[in-house]
Amino acid sequence: MENLTSQKITEDLLPQEFGKQGKIWVAFLLVLCAIGAYAYYRQLSEGLVVTSMRDYASWGIYISNFVFFVAISLVGSLITAVLRLTNVHWSTPLTRIAEIIAVSAITFASLIIIVDMGRPERFYNLFLHGRLQSPIIWDVIVITTYFFISILLLYFPLLPDFQILLRFKEKTGKSLNKLYSFLGSFWKNTPAQIKISDKAINILSITIIPVAFSIHTVTSWLFATTYRPGWDSTNFGAYFISGAFLVGAGGVIVAMYIFRTHYKLEKYITNEHFDKMGKILVLLALLYLYFNVNEFLVPAFKMKKSEEEHLVGLFTGEFAPVFWFAITTAMIIPILILLFKKGRKPLPAFIAGILVVVGSWFKRYLIVTPTLLHPFLPMHDVPQNYMHYFPSWEEWAIAIGSLAGALLVITFFARIFPIIPIHETIIENEQHEKA
Amino acid sequence: MKINDTSRREFITSGLLASLAIAGCSTKENPFAPDENDLVQPSGEKVKLLSVDGEIIEVDKAFLKPVPDLPTVSNEAARIGIKGKKFVMVIDLSRCKSLKKCQTACNHMHHIHPDQNWIKVYAMQDADHTAPYWQPTTCMHCDEPPCVKVCPVDATFKRQDGIVLIDSDRCIGCRFCMAACPYSTRVFNWEDPGLSKEIADKPYSCETSVPQKTGTVGKCDFCPDMVRQGSLPHCVSACPNGVFMFGDMNEDTVSNGPETFRFSDLIRDKAGYRLMEDLGTKPSVYYLPPVNRNFPFENKEEEGTEKINPKS
Repeated sequence: MENLTSQKITEDLLPQEFGKQGKIWVAFLLVLCAIGAYAYYRQLSEGLVVTSMRDYASWGIYISNFVFFVAISLVGSLITAVLRLTNVHWSTPLTRIAEIIAVSAITFASLIIIVDMGRPERFYNLFLHGRLQSPIIWDVIVITTYFFISILLLYFPLLPDFQILLRFKEKTGKSLNKLYSFLGSFWKNTPAQIKISDKAINILSITIIPVAFSIHTVTSWLFATTYRPGWDSTNFGAYFISGAFLVGAGGVIVAMYIFRTHYKLEKYITNEHFDKMGKILVLLALLYLYFNVNEFLVPAFKMKKSEEEHLVGLFTGEFAPVFWFAITTAMIIPILILLFKKGRKPLPAFIAGILVVVGSWFKRYLIVTPTLLHPFLPMHDVPQNYMHYFPSWEEWAIAIGSLAGALLVITFFARIFPIIPIHETIIENEQHEKA
Repeated sequence: MKINDTSRREFITSGLLASLAIAGCSTKENPFAPDENDLVQPSGEKVKLLSVDGEIIEVDKAFLKPVPDLPTVSNEAARIGIKGKKFVMVIDLSRCKSLKKCQTACNHMHHIHPDQNWIKVYAMQDADHTAPYWQPTTCMHCDEPPCVKVCPVDATFKRQDGIVLIDSDRCIGCRFCMAACPYSTRVFNWEDPGLSKEIADKPYSCETSVPQKTGTVGKCDFCPDMVRQGSLPHCVSACPNGVFMFGDMNEDTVSNGPETFRFSDLIRDKAGYRLMEDLGTKPSVYYLPPVNRNFPFENKEEEGTEKINPKS
C-alpha cells in the first residue's frame, strides 16, 4: 500500500451515491426481482404445477439454487475467520465483501427453500412439530445459527466505522446518518469497548468455522442420507465443502473486481490481492477436482447396475453437455488461467471467477436432478412429461430473481456502508508505516 | 332368495358398523341416540342381527337406522393404529397379467389426480435373457421407513400395526420423503387433484387419505379404513386374479377374498421375497416369484419392457 493519510483513506472509502451506471444496475436487478415475484405469485395461486417438477424430478433448480446459495455463503467463514485466525493481514480489505456475500446468500438460501415448499404457509410446523431426527431440522438449526454469526461478524467490525461515518454528516446525508447513529452511536472507541469487540470477533471467528462446515455438510446430507445412486456417497460432505469454498472464493474475486473498478479502489484492492486470491482459487479448484475424481471415477470403475444409468447419463447421455460444461468452466479453465502469473492479474482473474461461479451453479443442478431421474425402479405409469425435466419460465424467473435479489442486497449494502473497512485499513496503514 | 341374501348382508354390515361406531366413537354427538322428534313405531317385521357378543338377536326392522357416514377415527387414533395387528401384503407375481383393476379401484376410491397412480404395474425384466414379468407395487410400509426417518414435521408416520400414513393437514410439501423412498411410491399433488366439492369439503382423514390436498404428498395407505370395517383393501378386492393377499402377521393369515393362506407357509413354499432387501428397509410387502404362471407375459404397451434389476 502506498503512503496514505487517514484523511485520504476515509474520503476514498466513504460510501458513494449511485451514479448513472449504478442506477441502471439497480433498476435492472429490481426488474428481475419483480419478474421473479410475479412468477412466485403465480406459483402460490396455481400450486407447484407451474414448475416443471413432477413426481420423479421432485426437486429441481430451486433446490440446486439453494445448494448454490449455501455454498457461496461459506466464503464468509473462509476469508473472515480462517484467514483472520491464521494472522493473514492482506485479506483485511476483503473481509466485508466476503461477509456481505455470506449474509445475503444465506438469506436467499432460506427464502428459496420456502419457495420450494408445497405448503409455505405451514412453515411454522417446523417449530411446532419439528423432528430432531430429520436432516432438514438440522439444516434449519445450523443455517439460522450461521446467519446470526455472520450478521454479527459483519456488524462488530462496522462499529468503529460508524464513528468515522458520523463525522462526515454532509457527505453521507441526513437519513443515512440517522441509521448510522441508530446502529452505532454507542461506540466511543474506548479501550474497554475495543477489547470487548476484539474478543467477540475472535470468538465468533472460531465458532463460525464449525458452523460453516455444518451448514454445507448437513446440506450435502439432505442427499447423502438417501439410497439413491449419485447421492449415496460418503464423500459428499467433503465434496460439498470443497466446492463451496471454490465458488465462494470465485464470487469474492468477481466482487473485488467490480468494486475496485466501479469505486476506483485500486489503492486498496491491489493487483497483489488478485494474485493471492487467484492462488487460493487454484488450490480450491484442484481440491474440488480431486473430490470430483473420487465422486465419479470410483463408481464408474465398478459400474454397479443402479449407478450405471446415472453415470452414463452424465458422461455421455442426456446430461453430458451440462456435465462437461460445468467441469471445464468451474475447474479446468480457471485452473489453466490462474496457474500463470499473468492469469492472476485483475481482469483474467475476474473472468476466471465468473467461470467458476457460472460453472458451479450448473454443477449444483447436476448434483440434484439427474439422480432423481434415475430411480431404482424404472419410471413408469406416469405421463410422458413426468420423465424429463427442463425448468419452466416460472422456475427460471424465480431462480434468477433470487440471484438478482442477493446481488441487490450486496449493492445496497455497498451504497450504505463502506465496503472496505475504513478503521481497520487506517490501523493497518499506520502499522505498515511504522514497520 | 337373492334379494333376501343381500338384505341380510346389509343388516349384518350395518349392525357391525353400529357396534364399531359405538365402540370407537370419537364425535361428541351419538348418532344412535334416539331422536325425540321421530319416535319410531315398531313395524312388527323382525330381522336377525349379530350382536357385539357374537349372539344372534332379533330387532324390529323399524328400529334400524341407515348410517350415512361411519364416523372416522380421530387423528390421534389414526396415528396409533389398530392394536395387536401387524399388517402384511403378499403379491403373487405368477398371477398378474397387468389388468390394472387394482390401480383403477385405488385411484377411484382415493380420488387421486388423473396423472398419478399409487399402485404401479411395472413390466420387469431383470437381465437380457431372463423372463419378463409384471410387478405391481404398492407402498412397502417398511419397518425401517426411510420416508418417516427424514420427515421434518412428523407428517408421515409409522403406526404400531405397521402401516405408514401421511397427515396431509400437517405436510409442508418439502418432498424429502419422495427423495428418500427407494420404491418411487410417493406422489405429490402438484395442483388441485380436481375433486368434487362434496369430497373436497370432507375433513382429511389419515386412514382414508381423502381428500388429497394441493401441495402435499400422497401414497398407498393399505386402506386401514377398510380394515377397520373388516374388509380388504380396494386393490385386493378389485383384482380378479387374486394377485394381492392381505392379512395380519400376528394371525399368520393372508387373504385375497376367496382364498385364505397361512402366511408363513405361503412364503416358505413359494419362496417369497421382498424388494431391495439389501437396503435394510424391511418392507411389509412380500412377493411370490413369477413361476408356473397363470398367464403368458404379453406386453401390449408400445414402449416394450423396461430392464432393471430391483431384486437382489
